[in-house]
Amino acid sequence: MTKFDLNDDSVVVIVGTGAGGGTLANELAQKGIKVVALEAGGRHLPQDYQNDEWGSFGQISWLDARTTSGDWRVARDFSGLPSWIVKAVGGSTVHWAGASIRFQEHEFKTKTVYGNVTGANLLDWPIGLSELEPYYDRAEKKMGVTRTNGIPGLPGNNNYKVFEAGAKKVGYQNVHTGNMAINSEPRDGRVGCQQAGFCFQGCKFGAKWSTAYTEIPKGEATGNLEVRENAHVLKVEHDATGKVTGVLYADKDGNQHLQKARIVSIAGNSIESPRLLLNSSSSLFPDGLANSSGQVGRNYMRHMTASVYAAFDKPVRMWRGTTMAGIITDESKHDPSRGFVGGFELETLSLGLPFMAAFLNPGAWGREFSSALDSYENMAGMWIVGEDMPQETNRVTLNHDVKDQYGLPAPNVHFDDHPNDVAMRNYAWKKGAEIYDAVGATKTYPTPPYPSTHNLGTNRMSAKPRDGVVNKWGQTHDINNLFISDGSQFTTGAAENPTLTIVALAIRQAEYIAEQMNMRAI
Amino acid sequence: METITTNARGISRRDLLKGCVMVGASLAVGSGFVAGSSAAWAMETNHVTPSEMATLIQMARDIYPHNHVADEYYARAVKGYDSEDFKSQIAAGINALNAAAQGQGYASYLSVPWEADRVKILQSMEDSSFFQTIRGNLITGLYNQPEVWTLFGYEGESYSKGGYINRGFNDINWI
Repeated sequence: MTKFDLNDDSVVVIVGTGAGGGTLANELAQKGIKVVALEAGGRHLPQDYQNDEWGSFGQISWLDARTTSGDWRVARDFSGLPSWIVKAVGGSTVHWAGASIRFQEHEFKTKTVYGNVTGANLLDWPIGLSELEPYYDRAEKKMGVTRTNGIPGLPGNNNYKVFEAGAKKVGYQNVHTGNMAINSEPRDGRVGCQQAGFCFQGCKFGAKWSTAYTEIPKGEATGNLEVRENAHVLKVEHDATGKVTGVLYADKDGNQHLQKARIVSIAGNSIESPRLLLNSSSSLFPDGLANSSGQVGRNYMRHMTASVYAAFDKPVRMWRGTTMAGIITDESKHDPSRGFVGGFELETLSLGLPFMAAFLNPGAWGREFSSALDSYENMAGMWIVGEDMPQETNRVTLNHDVKDQYGLPAPNVHFDDHPNDVAMRNYAWKKGAEIYDAVGATKTYPTPPYPSTHNLGTNRMSAKPRDGVVNKWGQTHDINNLFISDGSQFTTGAAENPTLTIVALAIRQAEYIAEQMNMRAI
Repeated sequence: METITTNARGISRRDLLKGCVMVGASLAVGSGFVAGSSAAWAMETNHVTPSEMATLIQMARDIYPHNHVADEYYARAVKGYDSEDFKSQIAAGINALNAAAQGQGYASYLSVPWEADRVKILQSMEDSSFFQTIRGNLITGLYNQPEVWTLFGYEGESYSKGGYINRGFNDINWI
């Protein structure tokens, strides 16, 4: 395995190895660029993953100290767990469901299309769909997304069959088993989906695309990439001119090291990435790195989410098979006549009994709750994921009263639902229930949001430096050798699951970084 | 003695329950242990009293009542409270619970015959840290027992069996 010296200041340092960092690392390595990727978690591979919800949760989740505030229900139900993401090589691509859909044209221009929405900090992206399309093509090919590149769709499982029948009965036109980065047939040295369920616990068959066993080993095979696991980055260092020079990190024993760098790219997910910039404040940058706009940590988005579970009089056994291979896209359009701007997707979802008990209606007890679980075997389920409104006051800040294991201030995640989010959720709950009622549900359950899996927007992309943190390449407006490569660069959230867009942006960013390095611009 | 013994055979029901006092509908309390009234299982207590443990088991059932789940699984879910660390918290919590029952004219929580009446007593202390601790820990204590999964039809891990690709992932026949 390649090793780079701590004092090698010619390397690109990438913080995080998930969809953004892991993809960027491989793309740069393939171009002959030397990369050190620092991953806070350990290296877990398919043989280590557990078909056990709580066992897996303890194994791979990001469980460092965090606090919450605001009126969102997660702050009440899971006050120390604002997000449900992964701390491991591969980041949250270990845990993700695989849904890979492109943003729609209008979702890059929400300020223009939606107009002024009170309380929302809408902004058009500095790029449009046409600029991203070639990179979406490459991302879909890399990830083996079903229903692209001639790859067949996945077969529908029991949960999908109920969802599809209900969707057709209520008149939805666009329902299928999704565009999934899960092999429907053997591809790229990995097997096809074995319908095991447990997509969220890491795919033990390796059928689902994850950077942990695709991008990372491919990058390492070039000899240009060193992945250092259990390396938790504490601070980004800079020189007197304001250029970043490297990062300080703690290894698994808590010993601190300084890795020098020519370029630093941060891809630690939308809570840790702004936190790292804020924790890197200095006399030159008292408000944190790359924060002349004051937007670092702001505009935190988590998608408007909810679920609908339904009980029937006969078995469904929704846990069998792919967790999220089912989608209805009819509601993803922007149609303000529904009472809100933006749209949402309906996607099949199942939880095992342990997580159903934890998430169906957190805090509830008594007969109504337990009778719902009594019909667990007869349940079908769907997830609702829609565009939420960016708000400046929804933000990640440093909580100086709570420290992490390194003595650094923990992140506080503040989130208040925007009235648009509430209107969309109520509408979507009703639509979801209608789908199941149409095929004979005896009861439906409007289930509240889980801890956030889609954390977005806290280092937003903007055309003008005063409006955001990074430019259209994910390069910070303030420091030209500092980049952001994860979902925190999203200007707005769109209705779609974000991973495909994160990967497309990382492929595009790698080209830009290589070009800038060749030109000696950075 | 294990904390919980499933009494498949061995001790006769008569011997086990000799000297026991029936508490609630389905639990028996003896010296140093709680047992199912059918003597199908017994659980030794070392730190909390058998009566306190029986109350916890009843309380667990009232919080997450499933008629098809036997007391034994509720007992497993709360057996962790039989420790030095929890002893005083449990004693205080159950005292408060019994006091609430007495306030409504019953001798103790366990002597309240109907679930709906016990639930009213629990609701009166719903915001207490005692209630919330018991309730919160039941989510994993009760529902993360593989033996309980079976009772709900949930099949648990599938990797060792090759997933469901040949085992019914799409076998629904009524839709």
